[in-house]
Amino acid sequence: MLSTDLVPSRTACFWQGVRDGLPIAIGYFAVAFTFGIASKPFGLDALQAAFMSFTNMTSAGQFAALGIIGSGGSLVEMALTQLIINLRYCLMSCAVSQHLPDGLPYYHRFLMAYVVTDEIFGVSIRQKLIWPCYIYGMLAVTVPGWTCGTALGVLTGKVLPLRLISALSVALYSMFIAVIVPAAKDSKVLACLIPLAMLVSSAFNLLPVLRDISYGSRIIILTVSLSLAAAYFFPVHEEEEEQ
Amino acid sequence: MTEHSPYTYIIVMAAVTYLIRVLPLTLIRSRIKQPLLRSFLFYVPYVTLAVMTFPAILSATGSVASAALGFLCAVFCAYRGRSLVQVAAVSCAVVFIAELFI
Repeated sequence: MLSTDLVPSRTACFWQGVRDGLPIAIGYFAVAFTFGIASKPFGLDALQAAFMSFTNMTSAGQFAALGIIGSGGSLVEMALTQLIINLRYCLMSCAVSQHLPDGLPYYHRFLMAYVVTDEIFGVSIRQKLIWPCYIYGMLAVTVPGWTCGTALGVLTGKVLPLRLISALSVALYSMFIAVIVPAAKDSKVLACLIPLAMLVSSAFNLLPVLRDISYGSRIIILTVSLSLAAAYFFPVHEEEEEQ
Repeated sequence: MTEHSPYTYIIVMAAVTYLIRVLPLTLIRSRIKQPLLRSFLFYVPYVTLAVMTFPAILSATGSVASAALGFLCAVFCAYRGRSLVQVAAVSCAVVFIAELFI
């Protein structure tokens, strides 16, 4: 963990980002490989698929895009689909904005925004202050992992051993668990809120009508409603946020 | 219907996705003081990560059983205060080994 008061040394902070980003990069590589294989039947070549991964850094949105490109959908359809699936990043960026050092210049904000992904967000938000150099360390390993994985998936066209993909996919989710479980240990509200969120999310997966709601919308609906309810009934005081 | 090049699609989607990410980071430049909003943003990461993890993790592997095992081990390790990398590595290994038998 980085010191919260002092400006950390840029090198140390960058390498901390690399260290924390490495497991994400490995997981990304496996998922991107799968994405590369999936994109081939839709007529994308390795360069196009890798370009998509490099410029988008989002899995659900990219998988959805394949169908639209394959069916020759309109650009408006593409824009709206991405908006719905990826709107959760807006919530994440709002949360990140409160963890940035005061007076951080715009160019850092522009570059950091590029890698507000589920995993990088989840891992970096543990820190009270998120320094740009830390995010750049993560960027330096995760972006190549995601991009190269995609290109290799298209080029080899061979599926990685299924068990390997299973194991690495679980690793990505485990990182989320490594972030939320310790927080639940420290806060009674979170100890109730986190299992509740998982329970409601499962209900959305199983119940008719609810299960037809898209992945992106579900995350937004649940995050906004549950966080707002928690904020209303259990407002957080400054000292609790320090944890 | 006009045929678009894949690159046109990719640029459109990249632009939309980037705007979603960059607008809050550049527009919200100060600490939010309003208590409800502050608390809301405090809870957002935990709820989002919980919702994204479960039940999605159960369908991330070849079988629900191996995924459930990986999930439980991750929760246990995280509870015992293991680091991010350790939690990821343990659950990864557990799933890999479990799928040898399932």
